[in-house]
Amino acid sequence: MFPPRSQRILLAVLAASALLSAVSGRLNPYFLDVALGAGISVVLASSLNLINGFTGQFSLGHAGFMAVGAYASAMLTTTLAPRLGLSANLLQWVFFPLSLVAGGLLAALAGVAVGAPSLRLKGDYLAIVTLGFGEIIKVVLQNVDAVGASRGLTGIPSHTNFFWVFGSAAVTVYVVWALLNSTYGRGFLAVADDEVAAEAMGLNTTGYKITAFVVGAFFAGVAGGLYAHLKGYLNPGGFSFDKSIEIVVMVILGGMGRHSGVVVAALLLTVLTESLRQTGAFRMIVYSVLLIVLMLTRPQGLFVWPLWSKKEGRP
Amino acid sequence: MSDPLLELSGVTIRFGGLTAVSSVDADVREGELAGLIGPNGAGKTTVFNMITGVYQPTEGAISFGGQPTAGLKPYRITELGIARTFQNIRLFPSLTVFDNVRVAFHLHLDHDSVHSLTRGPKFQAEEVQLRERTRELLSIFRLERVQDEPAKSLSYGDQRRLEIIRALATRPKLLLLDEPAAGMNPTEKDELMKLIRFIRDRFGLAILLVEHDMKVVMGICERIHVLEYGRKIAEGTPSGIRGDPKVIAAYLGEEPVKES
Repeated sequence: MFPPRSQRILLAVLAASALLSAVSGRLNPYFLDVALGAGISVVLASSLNLINGFTGQFSLGHAGFMAVGAYASAMLTTTLAPRLGLSANLLQWVFFPLSLVAGGLLAALAGVAVGAPSLRLKGDYLAIVTLGFGEIIKVVLQNVDAVGASRGLTGIPSHTNFFWVFGSAAVTVYVVWALLNSTYGRGFLAVADDEVAAEAMGLNTTGYKITAFVVGAFFAGVAGGLYAHLKGYLNPGGFSFDKSIEIVVMVILGGMGRHSGVVVAALLLTVLTESLRQTGAFRMIVYSVLLIVLMLTRPQGLFVWPLWSKKEGRP
Repeated sequence: MSDPLLELSGVTIRFGGLTAVSSVDADVREGELAGLIGPNGAGKTTVFNMITGVYQPTEGAISFGGQPTAGLKPYRITELGIARTFQNIRLFPSLTVFDNVRVAFHLHLDHDSVHSLTRGPKFQAEEVQLRERTRELLSIFRLERVQDEPAKSLSYGDQRRLEIIRALATRPKLLLLDEPAAGMNPTEKDELMKLIRFIRDRFGLAILLVEHDMKVVMGICERIHVLEYGRKIAEGTPSGIRGDPKVIAAYLGEEPVKES
């Protein structure tokens, strides 16, 4: 059976990232680090786009889900993996992806726990609950000695490579795209447009919102795992409110609920924050000014043109 | 006469100290065109909201096709076969006309989130079939020419019609129309009356409409229930209702109002 076009594209991107991964060792390590960071941002922004963009909810807890995934997978590779006595290849190509998935699943579970009660709330209220969740996760991590408390978790093996990052990014984008491009998936957009009408048309709106939330949390968890095994060190402070806002900004700049726009915004903003390092102390000031200017000039999102929107079926 | 499709018995709802609807008995039979009228604030839309599960009655029971609907969420009630339109049109404004209808077909889908991801042959076939059915429904109402436009860009009359089409896509046994003639001119109202009759005949469903416009109500309803201050004051055929002194009193006042 010949797979549909979308799946062929996914396979092609996966193959391309595998090929590039083979030669990525020749790249400047700094450049590779930035590229991998950008890829992780794509995973984060695309998954948040499902919740905030397409389903019209407002979550501020993405960094919290990322933290859950990061710590869970890092604990697996630092404490469980050495006891199994696996070879380096098995660790990198079998155990590591499994631990990423485990981290994602734990984050998804946290998504159910947070989402089930709070998705009855709307708009600002959900934002406050998710914000609270993110802070709670951070404080808990800062106080649990087993994960290094506020000293952080060190000695995480660097399994993250080009293939895992861009493979995950491709899978994330595919999952979000495929979920939405079906009769079932149009329900997410309907919920965003008018919840009362959606419910009256027989859509289980709470079910849709929880699905979006849980899928989003899963990929945030995977992104956390990738991040942990890229940096080799985790600090609870890195998963603060600022991180959540950073991801929200990517989604807004990409044009809430656009697949391609959000991917480009995620890549661009990661590279931008990196390149602003030269400005030293002024970095965050320049960044903020740039955001204000962008929001004033392109409130509909950076990459929104009528032509694109038609193609993506989201006017 | 067939058994009632929808039955309300002693339905009461209180919001704090206010009794908005008080022990109303009413029913709609299969294939019937029924009307629910009453002066402003009589509780008509509240009755709609109780039938569709938006509100739960404080007392009394509602049953549909013999099944009590108490405690069911609105989407479950739609699954049972009650679809509605809203007094102030509630389309999915940013979705296309096509998607507005397509999404309402979702109740009769076999596939869900997992199939959207695997996109297997069964999923593909079902999507093709659904597109076909959506197009078919749109073409019955001659809206296929605007199917790719966002719903918010339609004219007022077309938005009203699209809302009805969307409700039909859920394949209801009972269609509730909340003031479908609101804001329409006389010509549009005539067309609406034809449309409502046409829908009943073509889809073989029962229709209950709330309406202010007497010409529309008297013109198409076979049976009319009249509410005033949350109580039911009359029920009967249009000619019976027209001559009912209680109804006349409710609309025109009983005695000359004393000027204060």
